[in-house]
Amino acid sequence: MSENTTHTPDVGPDRGPRGLIFEVGSDDARCVAPPELDVPAVDLGEILGTATRESLAQLPQVTEVEIARHYAHLASMNFGVDSGMYPLGSCTMKYNPRINEDAARLEGFAALHPAQPDDTVQGALELMVTLADALGEISGLPAVTLQPAAGAHGEYTGLMCFRAYHTAQGDPRSRVLIPDAAHGTNPATVAMCGYEVTTIPSDDKGRVDIAALREALDTDVAALMLTNPNTLGLFDDQILEITAAVHEVGALAYCDGANLNAIMGVTRPGDMGFDALHINLHKTFSTPHGGGGPGAGPVCVTSALGEFLPGPIPVKLEDGSYACKTPAQSIGRVRSFYGNFGVLVRAYAYIRALGGSGIKESAEQAVLSANYLKERLKDAFDLPFERICMHEFVLSGRRQKKEHGVRTLDMAKRLLDYGFHPPTVYFPLIVEESLMIEPTETEPLKDLDRFADAMIAIAEEAAVDPEMVKGAPYSTPVRRVDEARAVKQPDLRWSHGE
Amino acid sequence: MGYIPITCEQREEMLRAVGVSSTRELFVDVPAEAVLDRDMDMPGPMSEMELATHLRELADANSPAGRMANFAGAGCYDHYVPSIVDHVLRKPEFFTAYTPYQPEVSQGTLQAIYEFQSMICELTGMEVANASMYDGATAMVEAAFMGARVTKRSKIVVSDAVHPQWLETLDTYATAGTVEVVRVPFESGVTVADGEAGLRAVVEGAAVVVIASPNYFGSLEDLELISGIAHDAGALLVVATNPMLLGVMEPPSSWGADIVVGEGQPLGNAMSLGGPAFGFFACTQKNIRQMPGRVVGRTVDVDGKDAFVLTFSTREQHIRRERATSNICSNQALCALAAAVYMSAVGRHGLADTARACVSKAHYLREQLLATGRFTSPWETPFGYEFALEYQGDVGEMQRAMLDRGILAGVDLSPVAPQLAAHVLFAVTERRTRAELDDFVREVVSL
Repeated sequence: MSENTTHTPDVGPDRGPRGLIFEVGSDDARCVAPPELDVPAVDLGEILGTATRESLAQLPQVTEVEIARHYAHLASMNFGVDSGMYPLGSCTMKYNPRINEDAARLEGFAALHPAQPDDTVQGALELMVTLADALGEISGLPAVTLQPAAGAHGEYTGLMCFRAYHTAQGDPRSRVLIPDAAHGTNPATVAMCGYEVTTIPSDDKGRVDIAALREALDTDVAALMLTNPNTLGLFDDQILEITAAVHEVGALAYCDGANLNAIMGVTRPGDMGFDALHINLHKTFSTPHGGGGPGAGPVCVTSALGEFLPGPIPVKLEDGSYACKTPAQSIGRVRSFYGNFGVLVRAYAYIRALGGSGIKESAEQAVLSANYLKERLKDAFDLPFERICMHEFVLSGRRQKKEHGVRTLDMAKRLLDYGFHPPTVYFPLIVEESLMIEPTETEPLKDLDRFADAMIAIAEEAAVDPEMVKGAPYSTPVRRVDEARAVKQPDLRWSHGE
Repeated sequence: MGYIPITCEQREEMLRAVGVSSTRELFVDVPAEAVLDRDMDMPGPMSEMELATHLRELADANSPAGRMANFAGAGCYDHYVPSIVDHVLRKPEFFTAYTPYQPEVSQGTLQAIYEFQSMICELTGMEVANASMYDGATAMVEAAFMGARVTKRSKIVVSDAVHPQWLETLDTYATAGTVEVVRVPFESGVTVADGEAGLRAVVEGAAVVVIASPNYFGSLEDLELISGIAHDAGALLVVATNPMLLGVMEPPSSWGADIVVGEGQPLGNAMSLGGPAFGFFACTQKNIRQMPGRVVGRTVDVDGKDAFVLTFSTREQHIRRERATSNICSNQALCALAAAVYMSAVGRHGLADTARACVSKAHYLREQLLATGRFTSPWETPFGYEFALEYQGDVGEMQRAMLDRGILAGVDLSPVAPQLAAHVLFAVTERRTRAELDDFVREVVSL
């Protein structure tokens, strides 16, 4: 291992995993216990019969301080948005405002039961109606469901509405077109909806190859799924032509809203000719990613498609009160209850804090920050598409790979030693050794510059000391992990008696 | 109010560096016809203080069940959440982190998920568990579809006694035409299909048999019988269950369940109008390659240190695209973390004690309600902490009157099926005191 002297914090013996929660505590340790039983205790054997549990589930048995210390240590091994810049392309790792967290925990929201009568949850229904209206205005697609729990769940909901629409027209279809730069969830969703995937290539400017699109379009095509701005961070300037061509054959246009952060208040998917859009509230509307979730994936559609949305949908009645309705030709529920309500509360707080003007400013700043970083980095790395970018841009590490044998993965790992989370790497698939960088509007200029300095320094290190870069990271709680062993010798759980 | 840390001066500096004079020029690729040439029709910005007041007003416009004597369950339960749970969730290193794709700086999330998986395996008796699904409904749907992949069959047999919203979700997913759903009716609170022979006939050629125990009505099903019938037909058995009750109830693995799923909310997650919580998903090791969702494994790093990592990823959408086992990407990781902290906080003894308290209180309330003569028992089946009774009067009026007294008097079952008119579903958790139970009984009598 090469010794790295700059930017390397002290490595101590305790920084990596220390042991499992199961290995802490003892059988008589207690944290919380229910109060003494104030009704006669049942005889479980009598009530449950053969269904009575014979031996306890081997859960940990620990004290509160042990839990506090355990999770404090686990937290110390994690990197979050609060730890530093997190420029993951297409993930929109913006700052998570704290008042949103407080809002979701208000008893008037957090302690609501989903089966409460509507007249006892008027504030919650009002919040959802106002949020849906705001998302309808931002997207230009006025009919909205807040039920989907995540982006992919929203994709599923949107495509199932398309399916219901075509079925209702007596015109069922079997194929969905997807550009080669699409997120993996798109083709996976298409398959779940019972459609076949047809892949559309990108042109030399990173846009949809419109000739190939026209060739693929026929009356068996249900939809085109498109991310615009696309995953190269480019706004496809042919968008009106694309959606018109899709509509010409009776197909519908679906917008993957992963990149909505770039365009809010500037242009709207509805005005581009899209029929449906899902919005990742955990990206664009600042709700935290939570280490993988929960998110929320509301779906906005045209009025014509609104009849197919999942119910129940909160609505405002003429008398000013709020109730729930299920559209007449609804595809049915896509999950239980109203959706991830606590996430909706956070997104609502964000939208009200910013207002329409603040939302537009956020988009503009996100795009400016990305372009600023692109300018700072375009000499040190290859820039496959030399255009003004949207909220993110894609670099290629092919030069470093070809000249020094240093791969993008190596440089990404080296960034960890500099205290940054790496960008998205090896996506989109159509750019060799790609690095997809999305700074978001909530990065201070000083941090943008520090990140650019680190990237440039790493490009130099790749030339001067490639072996050192290939061994990175050196300063993290653990170093590169043996992924092959994880599959070959699966260890997916702790077992009693271990 | 906004969250942009860039000053006006810095903004000018950045514009100069990019070589444009205004941000408008950054959007040159947007066709003129698609440009929004007006301000969005939305309320203006608010200061944090105004926002805090506004949010409190909206929250106060609700009457939270958590402040009432709450007897509503039906898939969302009013359990106590220990203080330590939210203190862990509020650690920014957990809640502001992304999916742990970079294991070197995500060991906290990864180890927490590994421990969560282990706890779900302990509870359910299964060999492997994933890192979470959206909720119980989608976990059940994914289990049914996984069964179809494993058996290469397409018939999904599901009990009508499963949560109605879960059944509706399954119907939605089945519309895509890749599977066929066959429903088995319930009678006297449990699943039947004209006795054992009838059930055998329905299950013939099925990919999976999906059963909930406790089911929507709180009743425990005869898993031994149903498991035998499912497996004789070469179908997988999917059992949906309540994780709290697993503190005292034999795990579904004991009856040969192939996949165990459920709504994880009872484990340390707020009711929050039904979300976010999480779905848990556990199965046998041999079928892991057909399992949906993320899974964490333990391995070593280049220095030989223990390390955790997302594994078996070739099942997932970002690798396998249209041939993935599911399209799920974002899951409910932080809610799963809440469950792991909860299970650590109550421990194996506490979970059993809590479940026993729930069961004892539910049985006590049922007896007291029956003794009033205002309720009758529609069936006598074993149950945990949720049960149905038939009310001798107008359910809506009774519930309205109770609400005025700060009591959420269960969930009306009449929309579920015609034979359940005037039936009410009651859940009793450890949070209900004997005083609240006795008070509810007194108030019902006073009507």
